[in-house]
Amino acid sequence: MSSVLYDTPGPRAKRRNVFLSVVFFVLLALLLWWVWRTMDEKNQLTWALWKPFTESQAWTTYLLPGLANTLKAASMAMLIALPLGAVFGISRLSDHRWVRGSAGVVVEFFRAIPVLLLMLFANEFYDRYTNVTSEQRPLYAVVTGLVLYNASVLAEIVRAGILSLPRGQSEAAMAIGLRKGQTMNNVLLPQAVTAMLPAIVSQLVVIVKDTALGGVMIGFTELLNTRQTLAANYANVVQSFVVVAVIYIVLNFILTSFASWLEGRLRRSKKGTGAVLGVDDVDDINAGEVGGTTATGGGGTI
Amino acid sequence: MFDFLSDYDDPSLLGAFWTTVQLTVLSGVGSLVWGTILAAMRVSPVPLMRGFGTAYVNIVRNIPLTVIIVFTSLGLSDIFGVTMGASDFEVRGFRLAVLGFVAYTAAFVCEAIRSGINTVPLGQAEAARAIGLNFTQILRLIVLPQAFRSVIGPLANVLIALTKNTTVAAAIGVAEAALLMKEMIENEAQTLLIGAIFAFGFVVLTLPTGLILGWLSKRLAVKR
Repeated sequence: MSSVLYDTPGPRAKRRNVFLSVVFFVLLALLLWWVWRTMDEKNQLTWALWKPFTESQAWTTYLLPGLANTLKAASMAMLIALPLGAVFGISRLSDHRWVRGSAGVVVEFFRAIPVLLLMLFANEFYDRYTNVTSEQRPLYAVVTGLVLYNASVLAEIVRAGILSLPRGQSEAAMAIGLRKGQTMNNVLLPQAVTAMLPAIVSQLVVIVKDTALGGVMIGFTELLNTRQTLAANYANVVQSFVVVAVIYIVLNFILTSFASWLEGRLRRSKKGTGAVLGVDDVDDINAGEVGGTTATGGGGTI
Repeated sequence: MFDFLSDYDDPSLLGAFWTTVQLTVLSGVGSLVWGTILAAMRVSPVPLMRGFGTAYVNIVRNIPLTVIIVFTSLGLSDIFGVTMGASDFEVRGFRLAVLGFVAYTAAFVCEAIRSGINTVPLGQAEAARAIGLNFTQILRLIVLPQAFRSVIGPLANVLIALTKNTTVAAAIGVAEAALLMKEMIENEAQTLLIGAIFAFGFVVLTLPTGLILGWLSKRLAVKR
């Protein structure tokens, strides 16, 4: 294997690589052994602490309802944020300066604020000014916070998706006499939606991860919140953390793989213009590199 | 209108934001160091190191930061007795939060640096080898100077995201901006005003970082 940093290894480099591998393996083994021993010393490896997860009760009472709420909040947030994001994304491409400008201010503002602040604010706002019941309030607050932040990120994704299309598309549309609205609705948007699908799916990872904030800070009964009840019941804090982390990893890994698969499929496809907004582009979109605006809300999948 | 602010002095508004800044700076430096080591592993010619780097990044990236931060307190501190050399409860929470942020953010720093190295065309290193430079010379004179310049933009993103992510430390009771906002907004009547004050605080923290580093990364970008 050759890369920008090193050439295909010769005999001496091969020997050195084997030596480094062995040293690294020993270090890694020592680390694992140390972790294992520490766990053992604190009696965290006792089977009784892990056993609940092999029985259905822990899953049906705690983990699965929690996971269901996580997925519910995430999908609701995505479904509400998408049309909002589309509106703001298209507004940012408007020919009228005041539409472009005000949409830009809104988008940049909500990208610059932590989601937690938006959730805390929404929670208090619903409590004081609306008659949402106190059981429903955490869900409302979490979804509101997620929508406000992600709509502004999705707006940037939509804008980048439209800008990623070849200029010939809108020129051809103008040449056959379509209006601005027709060009957008019949030519640009349908193609942009396909191009930005992978980016939208990978933004779902961010949303899923952010739901956990609502569980700790405003008592929304999602996966991390039900973990606490579970651990209080079985007295297995470390074990429940491991299981919950694995659930998140698997869930997000599936989403990321799906996004990459979509991206590869779109890139290979012979139909269309070949414009794709990939998984990695999400970071650039958050940087505001597209269209030359300055970065405020960083992040991608952070 | 702003009278209620004087009721809060432990921490005060500025004090809470100062804690946010401290969290950001310390975690930023820590994750830069650990992220660079991880990136070095991910681009190394040793398969085992590459595997470890890849596994670390893929695992840590997919766990919510909240899970990591809460675990540092309930797991590392309460069960395993990790005190981070602090007997004081508040100092310990702060250090545990920094530990969690470093572990999490390093995965993103690693990816930013790796993508920076990947932007250097293979021909640059091949040409350097052809004129007889050795490995360290290639790294020092050809590859790293170009990689550093293209890495500033992505790293600026990570820093801004980290600034916003420090609010998660509120989950383990670190007295930073989000925790103060939670306390204020629950006890005072001026919901909108408090929301606006804290939102403004974060805009003040993230906007200049984005503007300055964005300008710098454009200025230093390698024209290809």
